[in-house]
Parts: sequence; structure tokens; C-alpha cells
Amino acid sequence: MSTVQTEKNPSTMKKSNPRSEAFKTFMKRLLKNKAAVVGGIVILFIILVGIFGPFLVKTDPNAQNILNKLQPPSKEHWFGTDNFGRDIFSRIVNGTKLTLTVGFLSVFIGGIIGVVLGIVSGYYGGAIDTITMRLMDILLAFPGILLALAIVSVLGGSLVNVIIAVGIFSVPAFARIVRGSTLQVKKLEYIDAVRALGASDIRIIFKHILPNIMSPIIVQATMRIATAILTASGLAFLGLGAQPPDPEWGAMLSDGRTYMHNAGHMVLIPGMMIVVVVLAFNIFGDGLRDALDPKMKQ
Amino acid sequence: MAKKELLKVEGLKQYFPIKGGFLGRTVNHVKAVDDISFTIYEGETVSIVGESGCGKSTTGRAILRLEEPTDGSVVFQGTDITKIPKGEMRKFRKDLQIIFQDPYASINPRQTVASVLSEAMHIQNVLPPDQRRARIEQLLETVGLRPYQADRYPHEFSGGQRQRIGIARALSVDPKLIICDEAVSALDVSIQAQVLNLLEELQDEYGLTYLFISHDLGVVRHISDRIIVMYLGKIVEIADKNSLFENPQHPYTKALLSAIPVPDPDAVKSRIVLKGDVPSPIDPPQGCRFHTRCPFATDKCRTEEPVLRTSDIMKDTHEAACHYMEEISAGKMTPNY
Repeated sequence: MSTVQTEKNPSTMKKSNPRSEAFKTFMKRLLKNKAAVVGGIVILFIILVGIFGPFLVKTDPNAQNILNKLQPPSKEHWFGTDNFGRDIFSRIVNGTKLTLTVGFLSVFIGGIIGVVLGIVSGYYGGAIDTITMRLMDILLAFPGILLALAIVSVLGGSLVNVIIAVGIFSVPAFARIVRGSTLQVKKLEYIDAVRALGASDIRIIFKHILPNIMSPIIVQATMRIATAILTASGLAFLGLGAQPPDPEWGAMLSDGRTYMHNAGHMVLIPGMMIVVVVLAFNIFGDGLRDALDPKMKQ
Repeated sequence: MAKKELLKVEGLKQYFPIKGGFLGRTVNHVKAVDDISFTIYEGETVSIVGESGCGKSTTGRAILRLEEPTDGSVVFQGTDITKIPKGEMRKFRKDLQIIFQDPYASINPRQTVASVLSEAMHIQNVLPPDQRRARIEQLLETVGLRPYQADRYPHEFSGGQRQRIGIARALSVDPKLIICDEAVSALDVSIQAQVLNLLEELQDEYGLTYLFISHDLGVVRHISDRIIVMYLGKIVEIADKNSLFENPQHPYTKALLSAIPVPDPDAVKSRIVLKGDVPSPIDPPQGCRFHTRCPFATDKCRTEEPVLRTSDIMKDTHEAACHYMEEISAGKMTPNY
């Protein structure tokens, strides 16, 4: 009897939104994956360090103290000092922001371009599709770091150019995934239904296709951040990214190479940081994919 | 009373290219619909029947230009809508609506019912925005749903209810012709009956015209005024419901009708079982397309393509495409089973 009453009284009905409901099952599945949870916590911690770290660590990352150079980790210098006597802990904390900015911004740029190209090729097909996808194939044919290297060599070595280069080399990955998903969604009947109503292409793309292909895009973006950080560090290691004295992790790794044998911490610490962050994004991305994939439902 | 023409399809062809080779050249075509013509009059229900792959759904989609037809014309109230630019076509989309087969795929899962319906009205600019909410609630009641269900999402409804939402969406722009593409095929039989009855009520109320595409002869018999039988992209027979069911002329139609189960265990079954499969629409047979499976086929059938024609043995609005329908009905030809 009570069910009949609630049916008659719509104001007391609890509204369930598919987004909030889907989000609940998604969270449940994500939290079941222990590795993804650890990855997520590490990412969260790194982001917090990137934002608030520079205010908490008072030591100037660029303050030199030649008398105190190449000190192993100690109470005063948690991660030791480098060849100019700079505090490595302070440099790592200050470098976090740089690393994350490169990762997020380049993926954002590459993601937007890639999503637009992918949707347009998938939706319109034909010559547009063939030309775009062959261009993407050309970009994909280069190993990522080589492509980024070429772009940075042309544009000149600076952090902004690294972001652009890494962004460009992220484009094909997004374009491919989005094109595939678009092809899948566009043949569904609700797309035909809005076309039969006379909806414009822009409306169909942004209102009906894009919201339904968000999950693969989110997963791809998370995984790509890891690659972007790695590539940016690689470029910095080769001297093409962040310029001294910027405390970029890849550049720090490169600086430490000369002193590897007598001051191993100069290489180990930035190297470990890169590994931890990249691993965290990768594991979290894997977890996201598993949680968002409807076929994985148990 | 002279019936008023609403939609006239003439010489409609829909070929889908098959790409092959290194450069993606067009190597061949799937001739899904190959030169069909028919007319729909105002207020009637015309059905297209045929087995899967015969081109019935493609015909519906080509009329709406969801797929651009290869050739032919679709004249709606005097305008050939295959020849006008896409922008102008949008105005006609208000009059021509479609209801789909799969109630689970035909509504965007991220939209509420109200937003589905108000989007339709927004696109076609049907009512001022402040009156749309009232219209939505009225539409929901018309199709047998409750007004308070407007803010729910598709996953909260059953298949039959979703089909009603699809009907409400089509109705929201006040169309004249609704194409029902297998609109009840995915539903349970009891729900099928409810939805069919709803469609009939709506027809009386709003003076709608239906083009009903189905493979279910029982459903077609229930709802149609006239029936078009298609085989491999061609029309083989076209007649009013009673003539078709009581006096079928084309051997294919006869075979199709003999497949309807009779709810009487003692009835003598005279089932005509066709041999083989439907040939490929990529390379359809020469002459009569049905000759590869027809029990009466002769050399003439293999070379000469029959045209739709009427004959003394049937009503003048009844047409079939067979060289030998007089001989067959007079019993002069023996089937070669």
C-alpha cells in the first residue's frame, strides 16, 4: 500500500539521476581495486604538495651553498644537497608544481584537439576522416619522445614549448579513441531520432555524442598525464625542457649524472619521484578504466 | 471520396557502396532498395513487410533522409524532399517523424523524459518555452504515462514505457506522417497489443498517417489498411489488407502468408516451404529476383524482370510483380517443390 501512496505523491519521490547512480556504482568498483586507491591517494598527495608545498618549505630551492655541496640526506637536508649545495628536498617540492603543470596542461591541450578531431572524423567520416586519421597515423609512427624532441628543437627549449610538444604528441591517442567511441555512439537510434527531428550537427555532437563518450576520454587523460610527465622529464634530461635553475625533476636527474658515483642521492631521489608519480597515474588510470568499463560488471 | 496523396515515393533506390582495395575504391554496391514506387494517402496505415534484409527499414530511413537516397524522389505534399537542401529539409522534419525498434537505444540515457521532449519542441520551435512544460505533461498522459514521470531518466522505465516515450517524442512536433520502424517488434506480445492500440487511438485523434514497417504479419494484419510486400529490395506485391490476405497472387506472398501459425491444432497445414536462402543484395539474380526460390520459375523468369501489374483475377488497386499469376491461380502450372 505504501508504494501506491508514494506513486501518487510525486513530491516525496526521491529523484535518482543516472549520473549520481552510475557514480555510486563506479565509486564502489573503484574502491574495490586496492592498487587504484593507493595510486589515487599518491596523486592526491602529490597535487597537494604541488599546491601548498612551496609555502610550507621555507628553504629557497635555488639558494647555493658551495661549502655544503653533495651532502647525503641528513636532519637539515632531508634529501641531501646537490653540487651547488642546494637543498634537494626543497627543489623536489618546488619542482612538483612544474611537473604537474606540464602533465596537466599538455594533456589538456592534446585532449581538446584530439577530442575535436576524433569526433569530427568519426561523425562525418569520408574524406575528412581519412585525411585526419592518416595524419594521426603519421604522428603515431614517430616514437613519442622523438616527436616531442623534434618539435622542441624547432620551437626552442622552454617549458612552454615542452607543454606544446607533449600536447601535440598526445593528440593522436585521443583522436583515435574518440573516433572509435563516436562511431559506436552515432549509430545508436537516439542519434537518428534527434536527426529526424532536425537537430543541427553541433547539437548532436555536443549534446548527444560527447556526454556519452566521456569515460574513455577521462581514462585516456589520466594515463596520458603519466606519459606526458615522463616525456617532459626526458626532454629536460636531454637539456631541452626546463632551463636551469628551474628545479624540474628530469633536469635534476640530468645534473646528478656527473656525481652519480659519489653522491647517488642526486640521481636516486628525482628518479624515484618520477617513477612514483608516473606509476601512480598509470595504476589509477587502469583502475578507472576497469571501473568505468560496463563489461567488467560482476 | 477521393483520397488525398500525402507521400509519393517514385523510383527510390538506395545503394550502399562497398569499399575495397588499397585506396578504398568502391568495388560494388549493396542494392538495399532497388527502384521502388508507392503512394501513401492521408490518414491511412500502409505497412511494409518482408524478411530481414529485404530493404524495408532502409526505405523508411531513405524517406526521412537519414540515409541520402541514391536515386528517385520522395514527394511529400507536393515537394520533392530528396532534392531540397539540408537546411530546408529541417522544416519538413516536423511533419515526418519516426518511432524506432529498440526502446533501449532510442532515448539518450543522459536525458530526462522532459528534456527529450522539450528538446524536440525546441529544435522545431513548436511552442513558446513557457508553455512547453504543460504540453509535455499532456503528451505523457496522451501516451499513457504519468505527468510526474517527466523528470525521470530512461533507465527508470520498462521497454513498453520507453516505447511510449518514443511515441511522445514523435508526437511532440505535431507530425503528419509517422514511420514506425519495427516499433513493436522488441516488445512482449501483451505490451505490443497495448502500443498498437495506442497508435490506433492516436491516429483517430490526430488524423495521423502511418508507414508501418514490420516483419510480423499478425501485427500488420491488425493495423494496416494497405500492405506492401518487399523481397530483396523490390516490391513484389501491393494491395489492401483483405485482398492481400485472402487473394495473394505472388508466390512469395503466398509462401509468407502460409507461414502464419493457425491457432487450431486440427487445421490442415498447407505450408509452402521455400528452398534456400535469400540471395545476396550485392549481386541480385537476373530477371525476377525471386526465381531462385520460386516453385513455378521458368526460363522467362530467369531473364525478364516482371513489373507490378494488376489483372482480371484481382481488384484494380491490387498489384503484383509475377509473369504467371493468372496461370498459377488457374492451376495451369504445377509447383516444382
